[in-house]
Amino acid sequence: MEEIKNTAPFEPKIVAFVCNWCTYAGADLAGTARLHYPSNVRIVRFPCTGRIDFMLLLKAFSGGADGIIVSGCHPNDCHYTSGNFHARRRWVVFRDLLNFVGIDVRRVRFSWVSAAEGAKWAELVDETVRLIRELGPYTEYKRAAAYMEEHDHAE
Amino acid sequence: MQNKMSEYASLLLREGKVDLVIGYEAGSESGTTRPFIACSAEDAARLVFEPARCVHNLAVYLYKKELVSGKKVAVTATIPVAESICRLAVEHQLDSLSPLVLTCGEEGSVRQWESPYSELAEFVAAHTSPSSSTAEEQLARLEAMSREERWRFWTDALSPCVKCYACRAACPLCYCTRCIVEVNRPQWIEPWPVPLANVEWQINRVMHMAGRCTGCGACARACPLSLPINLLTLHLQRAVKKAFPDDGKGGNVLSTFRPNDEDTFIR
Repeated sequence: MEEIKNTAPFEPKIVAFVCNWCTYAGADLAGTARLHYPSNVRIVRFPCTGRIDFMLLLKAFSGGADGIIVSGCHPNDCHYTSGNFHARRRWVVFRDLLNFVGIDVRRVRFSWVSAAEGAKWAELVDETVRLIRELGPYTEYKRAAAYMEEHDHAE
Repeated sequence: MQNKMSEYASLLLREGKVDLVIGYEAGSESGTTRPFIACSAEDAARLVFEPARCVHNLAVYLYKKELVSGKKVAVTATIPVAESICRLAVEHQLDSLSPLVLTCGEEGSVRQWESPYSELAEFVAAHTSPSSSTAEEQLARLEAMSREERWRFWTDALSPCVKCYACRAACPLCYCTRCIVEVNRPQWIEPWPVPLANVEWQINRVMHMAGRCTGCGACARACPLSLPINLLTLHLQRAVKKAFPDDGKGGNVLSTFRPNDEDTFIR
């Protein structure tokens, strides 16, 4: 059987978890300002970075994401006063654990993007897409996720 | 030492100061012990207490409502058990129960601790022993590996896991009445035992232990496949201590913050 080769260049899938009050508005500003940035990013809006459970990040990876952006209000700018401070602590610990388990932490990017920083958002996405393009698809994780198909119990 | 503890427990039960003493009795194999709940002075004669042989973490029974609800409870505590009890108290899990905690000093006398357990915490801090050298060696070996090697190590090491959740059941700090693996909308972690879901379950379990785990090792001891899951908690315990050295004594490191927390990784 002739094998059909996929010759299209690798297009990274990036999932961005952003807070409603700063980064989402920042991304909106990038749009209204007609800034160009890669379309590889899928934005998921949350009330606050404090709401972004670490399980969501794992879920994104197992769902096929090659990279993740987590972004919210700058310190002291949180709509709920301290949500981003709590989130920051969580990410310090979570990054360390991910690295210990062997998950590539370069693929998870954290940022503060305010509602006025449309340009920073465009840059962030641009940089992330470039980085993930360099790193290639996250096959390690996908291979582990595809275990069920590979080890079909047909034998 | 052994007799003193059982005498003390028997006295407490006879005088009606407590209804239950959670302790240890001799196990079916010689040299082992298993958890035992003494309900009467006669029962108390079966209690044994030798810290070297009493490895189960009894703190896990203190929030089993079917066992302790409405009862006055005492628990015989080795240092790791006492440490878990202090942690449970900090997290307000023992507010209504306030169990009597019985420990043994070097001289063999029984000491009784009551709520609030601040003095017990001092006693524990003075008696904590360092983690086992084999665990330390394994941890050092893992930390020296490259990231890719670690990923291979963990996906391999956890692939035999059958998701029995014994690690969860044995842990005194895993006390949620509804765990996220029992929730299926959304299905956070695939329920069948496959390597990725096994790794995800451990990440989830350990992450919920961040800054709380006392390092008693009950999770790894309960594992029927002897998976090295205590290395995950041990590593995270270290990482938390390094990142937030002065926090967490009166609460949870993740439910507080400092304005100057590390942010070098945030763009």
